[in-house]
Amino acid sequence: MKIVVASGKGGTGKTTVAANLAFALSRSREVVAVDCDVEAPNLHLFFPSPAHELPVRVPVPAFDPARCTLCGECGRFCRFGAISVLLTEVFFLPDLCHSCGGCRYVCPEKAVRDEYRTVGSIRCARPSPSLTLIGGALGEGEVQGPAVVRYTKQLAKGAPLVIYDAPPGIGCTVIETMKGADACLLVTESTPFGANDLALAAEVARQLELPTGVVINRSDGDDRAIRQVCRELGLPVLMTIPFDRDIAAVQNRGGLIAREHEGWSSRFSTLFNDTCGMGGAA
Amino acid sequence: MIRLAVVSGKGGTGKTVVTAGFAALNDRAEILADCDVEAANLELLVSAQWAHTSPFEGAETAVIDPEKCWGCGRCAELCRFGAITVGDDAVAVCEARDCEGCGLCERVCPNGAITLRPRISGVVLRSATEYGPLSHARLYPGSGNSGLLVQTVKRQAEKHPGAADLLLIDGPPGTGCPLISTVSGTDAVVVVTEPSLSGLHDLRRVIGVCRRFDLRIVAVINRWDLDPGAAGRIEAECAALDVPVIGRIPFDPAVIEAVRAGRPITVTDSPASRALAGCWETLRRELALTWRVEGPPSSCSAGPSPDCEHHTEP
Repeated sequence: MKIVVASGKGGTGKTTVAANLAFALSRSREVVAVDCDVEAPNLHLFFPSPAHELPVRVPVPAFDPARCTLCGECGRFCRFGAISVLLTEVFFLPDLCHSCGGCRYVCPEKAVRDEYRTVGSIRCARPSPSLTLIGGALGEGEVQGPAVVRYTKQLAKGAPLVIYDAPPGIGCTVIETMKGADACLLVTESTPFGANDLALAAEVARQLELPTGVVINRSDGDDRAIRQVCRELGLPVLMTIPFDRDIAAVQNRGGLIAREHEGWSSRFSTLFNDTCGMGGAA
Repeated sequence: MIRLAVVSGKGGTGKTVVTAGFAALNDRAEILADCDVEAANLELLVSAQWAHTSPFEGAETAVIDPEKCWGCGRCAELCRFGAITVGDDAVAVCEARDCEGCGLCERVCPNGAITLRPRISGVVLRSATEYGPLSHARLYPGSGNSGLLVQTVKRQAEKHPGAADLLLIDGPPGTGCPLISTVSGTDAVVVVTEPSLSGLHDLRRVIGVCRRFDLRIVAVINRWDLDPGAAGRIEAECAALDVPVIGRIPFDPAVIEAVRAGRPITVTDSPASRALAGCWETLRRELALTWRVEGPPSSCSAGPSPDCEHHTEP
């Protein structure tokens, strides 16, 4: 079972839900929690523990001056503007390279080979015997977020129960995170922003054919509008977390309500069962 | 014109509330841009009236003609993005959302069955608001390519006819492609953060990325009183990074009420509204330095005075 926790709008509590769900489930089984919010990775803050770090490396071209005839074929092929063939050398801008391998393919002299460039890192930790944490982090100033998500998810391959903490938004990295999941939980809040962005994220999940449920976070009791939106979108509301200064305080200092507040661990277990059930029903 | 972007790193810290608040407080001619194209919400607070829409052509993606495809699979073999699969019917199919538009498949197809075509992946909008024109967009869910759309929104805002003193940008969360597209070419960024471990962690990351550009960075701590201790640690971190904190906004239920009513918090009086007004005054003094280059501002009290050559914290 692979569950992705996403939201559309940022800061609705994706990481709160992912971290508590992973913690609650790890009491009775093996869980792998994967932080795919590579631009702002925070899942590890809730599970302080020593970690191994691995680099994320993507292929980029290296040009062999001994073979290169400066024919310009690679520069003409590259649609990303990463290669300029000058009078005496090939000028390569790694930031613009998408690692497609086209330049290597089109070179008539076989003067291009793959070299590897680090664009991010993956942090692996085992905060408890039944919980594995794998977190991707995009390097500062880098733009290959989807590649970092892809490599990060690969490390969790084969695990029976995986929880992905998605980035906000509905762009490339979100799509990369949702791909291959079995079910999706969308975390929202009862504001017009929450409603607007919930509908957008639900559309991405729908395109990827993921059974989807909703968690309403920081509820102030007046959830009529957001529940109406859920009904219109055909999404079941599986959990409501009230706004409460105590809950906010636990969260803000990196704590877990499933560990510290009575009742929440079993509520998150129920959330998991309901999420699985939804998958069966779909 | 001064270009000012409101960013955060961590999502949901209050960028849009701060942006709309500043938009209502600013008394000089301004243009608004919502560069959070994946989850654009500024229009919900400024009563935007859509005036003009145009399709957004994202990057090109490969389109395979099933009539011409022989199913040799060369394209699928070489595609590094896993975008092409050859089905049981021996015809290759390209999944547009995985395609990066590199064109390698087009190049290797022995039968000329593949062409790269622009894909409509969103809509670019121009609206009228009470506070000035708004340039914004909707990325179609599942399209990707938001960095390019951010650039398009910014370009549209820049080209808006009529003089403006301020381009006020509501930025995206994160530190990747959309954020980099947003802050490049701006004069200053306001980083909105919150008193939590995640807020602090992402603040460092976003400041690290913004530092790569030639711009001024200031910070605002939102909902600071939810954890005064953490707010203090954020202030210490900002001091260590040499980023001035221009204000602290208290947690205030009036903010949610204003969002639900669809108006900037600063048009009504409340603790958060007053705090934001204080932030704006400080920021205005900061920005007055740049404003002076294009002539002294008419309404900025701090503008022409020599005092604002040197920024001092209030």
